[in-house]
Amino acid sequence: MKEPSTIKDDVEFWRWREYHRVVQGKKWTNKDIITAGVDVGSVSSKAAIMINGEAYSWGIIRTGSNSPESAKKALDWALEGTGLKLSDFKYIVGTGYGRVNVPMANKAVTEIACHAKGANYIWGPSVRTVLDVGGQDIKAIRSDETGRVVSFLMNDKCAAGTGRGMEVFADLLKIPIEEIGEISLKVDEEPPPVSCTCVAFAKTEAMGLFRKGWSKEMVLAAYTRAMAVRMASLIDRVGLEKELVITGGQSKNIGVVSRIEVVLGVKCLPMPNWRENGLDPMIAGALGAALFAKALYEKAQKT
Amino acid sequence: MITVGMDLGTQKVQAVILKDNAVISRGQAFSGFDPTKAAEQAVDEALKKANLKISDVAYFVATGSAMEMAPYANSTVSMMGADAKAGVYLFPKARTIIDIGAEEARAVKCDEKGLMVDFVVNERCAAGAGTFIEAMARALEVKLEEMGPLSLKAERASPINASCVIFGESDVVSLIHRQESKPEIARAVFDAMADRISSMVHRLGVNPDVVLVGGVAKDVGFVASLNRKLGVNVLIPEFPDFAGALGAALAAASRAREGQK
Repeated sequence: MKEPSTIKDDVEFWRWREYHRVVQGKKWTNKDIITAGVDVGSVSSKAAIMINGEAYSWGIIRTGSNSPESAKKALDWALEGTGLKLSDFKYIVGTGYGRVNVPMANKAVTEIACHAKGANYIWGPSVRTVLDVGGQDIKAIRSDETGRVVSFLMNDKCAAGTGRGMEVFADLLKIPIEEIGEISLKVDEEPPPVSCTCVAFAKTEAMGLFRKGWSKEMVLAAYTRAMAVRMASLIDRVGLEKELVITGGQSKNIGVVSRIEVVLGVKCLPMPNWRENGLDPMIAGALGAALFAKALYEKAQKT
Repeated sequence: MITVGMDLGTQKVQAVILKDNAVISRGQAFSGFDPTKAAEQAVDEALKKANLKISDVAYFVATGSAMEMAPYANSTVSMMGADAKAGVYLFPKARTIIDIGAEEARAVKCDEKGLMVDFVVNERCAAGAGTFIEAMARALEVKLEEMGPLSLKAERASPINASCVIFGESDVVSLIHRQESKPEIARAVFDAMADRISSMVHRLGVNPDVVLVGGVAKDVGFVASLNRKLGVNVLIPEFPDFAGALGAALAAASRAREGQK
């Protein structure tokens, strides 16, 4: 997946941290409804385990070339340290771009529904607009107080603004992807956005800006701004209703998030402290899927 | 009467000299960072070949994405207008002109006089232009000029993501990992791009004769794919990359004649 033309050494600047976590102080018994959601995206695969509809553990890995294997790996990682095994799950829902390729899933649910549901779980019932910035597409979703989808708009088949586009830029500028947001904010004055949203053209434009003497920070600011404008226009078109939240990998990019806030003139709900004990906005889809799994299990019990 | 047309593109600049409506010479230079200088070089080369001086030229017309930076220009003509003029000049029955350059693709519908009736453009997205083929050739580790001949050896095509250069690169890499043969991947690249161009042309309607110009017209692999997708055999002039400059030179000739009246 690396860019042959831009990588000269072994440093993979696009690489972000894969990790797993078990929520401390939570116990499960066989009487609990244990469910899982597996979200196989184009760039990352996420699995979340819930006990009675409450987040218990999760794992995030990079999606490999084989979707079923990525799904299994993500779930295995979420299981690590929990004492749970596959047979303990009452129900598993698969979601994401590779949702039909989640072998252990009882059912597949679209990622739009899962992200709305998961955002509602992470931030609560005040969420009305969810911007999900994934590896390969951007979705703006309107939802009600229960996390049900009201309407949505999607930008796909174009890398502009996506996580993958950001990875390409991280490689081009030789800046680790997790630092891109902070670095893009280190400018005295916000430069004008790059004029090309197409990532291929933006790369050429960025090289031209370097030759003009721009710093990495300025080039990154100009690129991030252009991407933020693009995402904001998608939100505008779906109709912005407060509260706004951002999910997906780019929710962790402070450079993108803060610029979307400036362009739209609204603040997003604060990001949970995912580095310590908070929920990770990247697993919103997996959490939503695990919640659907619980609902589907309960429905099956009634009939 | 001598007139000159200049086409200042993102990658190259072309110049065409017309004498009494017949092409007498051509010049070309890489745009680099100074399109003005590149245009001067291209015009210079063409003039030298024809044993002419700047002062012999009655009228200059510029076209192309950097036309405002053109030297000598008495006026400019839109890229679509230039395509239409050149297309009908080269092939009198031409009614649809497809022009694919490095960073942009256009389809122009025109009448029998070479006047533009309608057009569609793909811009600001590298997936529908020459850049796409270049990027895919890099991913495939094949020279750009080898892509076409290579693709003609393919027996089938594997689908790739043609809507984005960035995703297309990843697709090509995963096809390599799946041990697909290079000819088949090359064919997939051309099919994918031809699909995109064909759907753009269909918005105008495929009115024969269809002419293909621009640098990408020189790529035999792309032309084969486009013919399959459009269901017609596109006509290609001998110097497809000079069509824009030719259109500008034709515009220069008619403007010079009007000026004389």
